[in-house]
Amino acid sequence: MDKREMICIVCPVGCRLTLYEDAHREKGYRVEGNQCRRGEDYGIKELVNPTRVLTTTVKITNVSLNRLPVRTDKPIPKGKIFECMDILHQVEVQGPIRMGDIIIENILHTGVNIIASRSME
Amino acid sequence: MKEGEHMLNYDIVVIGGGPAGLAAAIEAKKNGVDSILVIERDRELGGILQQCIHNGFGLHIFKKELTGPEYAQRFIQQMQELGIAYKLDTMVLDIDENKVLKAVNCRDGFMKIQGKAIILAMGCRERTRGAIQIPGTRPAGIFTAGTAQRFVNMEGYMVGKKVVILGSGDIGLIMARRLTLEGAEVKAVAELMPYSGGLARNIVQCLEDFDIPLLLSHTVVDIKGRDRVEGVVIGKVDEKRKPIPGTEKYYECDTLLLSVGLIPENELSKNAGISLDPVTGGPVVNESMETSVEGIFACGNVVHVHDLVDWVTEESRRAGKNAAKFVQKTLKKNGICFRTEAQRGIRYVVPHRVRVHPGDETVDLFMRVDDVYSNMNIAVRADGEKIKTVAKKHLAPGEMENVKISVNSLKDRKGGILSVSLEKEGV
Repeated sequence: MDKREMICIVCPVGCRLTLYEDAHREKGYRVEGNQCRRGEDYGIKELVNPTRVLTTTVKITNVSLNRLPVRTDKPIPKGKIFECMDILHQVEVQGPIRMGDIIIENILHTGVNIIASRSME
Repeated sequence: MKEGEHMLNYDIVVIGGGPAGLAAAIEAKKNGVDSILVIERDRELGGILQQCIHNGFGLHIFKKELTGPEYAQRFIQQMQELGIAYKLDTMVLDIDENKVLKAVNCRDGFMKIQGKAIILAMGCRERTRGAIQIPGTRPAGIFTAGTAQRFVNMEGYMVGKKVVILGSGDIGLIMARRLTLEGAEVKAVAELMPYSGGLARNIVQCLEDFDIPLLLSHTVVDIKGRDRVEGVVIGKVDEKRKPIPGTEKYYECDTLLLSVGLIPENELSKNAGISLDPVTGGPVVNESMETSVEGIFACGNVVHVHDLVDWVTEESRRAGKNAAKFVQKTLKKNGICFRTEAQRGIRYVVPHRVRVHPGDETVDLFMRVDDVYSNMNIAVRADGEKIKTVAKKHLAPGEMENVKISVNSLKDRKGGILSVSLEKEGV
């Protein structure tokens, strides 16, 4: 990599960041285009280890709706999103469910749980 | 049976059990009104939040990133703890100027309900293909983005396999990601304007994460297919938003989603004789969120379309509190009256009327700008005299702005026009 461009999403200003590899910097990168410190932190994290909270649904039976909304209880590495989806497509739960119930523990050994994001009876 | 024999009576009747209705009802109850009824047409409370399964709700109110259902559940639980009555699967058919509602459901049949105060919290509706007049055939496979969202997230039906999305508002962006996660191929998001109406975080996390192209200054100029959508033609538009001949490109797809704007749902308000603002499409309201009909209040997306539910909650709490005061006959009237006016760079200002009383502290003005701007000041003037400026690095039509005015700067005036405009920094 010699440089990478991205939009900062920390606040609505949406600075256009450019990141350069720079061995002289503590974190190994130089960030340009940011108007505040938070932009630098965001840019480097997004480059080194981008993570996302995954929100989706699983099949549910025994209640009035057909899908139960679920989420990861912490952000997961961005690269694992589709692998998680493959697992969640196979899941079927039965109502009633309480908001916060663990649907899958420690998915893909990430230390992250998939939890129900609402109650359904 | 004579008409009027079965009149139900409540102090406050709230129409709509979404985020606005729930917050208004809870706040009214907390302010001492016990006789409250919430009427909801869906089979459960929570409104549109129940289908918005993504996170990002509640950053301002709860300092947390909740999903839509999680945000709704906090209010539904509070409603139940406070013992506020509600009717589900119930449609309000009419409201008159005497605050009598006509409503119907399968259990109670036809009802007449008298409220001492009414709170309108009906929310908004999506603009459809008819509203934007896309040429072409009329096959299956054309959905508004919110309808598709409900099908996928609640009912469990996938809407298509190859998808084009018209409109880059937040619902369109969220659905681009959602359908991709569920295995569809989203070929492009086309946006008529030269900028997206959605939040930057959604552009990054819903489109860029999945390499979905965003075509700015483009629109759908033709829809192909007889029974089912077979493809759409997308063309570039000029500065007047007219398609440029020769730029057309065919996209093979089976589904077209439309995310082309929301309209406050005000058929009931019109029947009640309430004045509407032609720009917002919602009722004209004062600082108490009271409409032009005394004792009828309004809040949330029925007044103006919000981008963050947190601001809906805040506005609705104000409506609920003031409706309670109205019932208790402590709502202040008259005062020093100002009419707000949107001037250069501002599309609209809510509230439309501001009445100031000694002892009040601040007045909140909400507004949207008419274009994308950087490094500008929002200036507020009372009868021509500048009373407040707020410097803004970035302004966009998709992001609602809020300016707080101190009542001290208004209380020694006679009233008149309170205008809001954009000015270059340093002027």
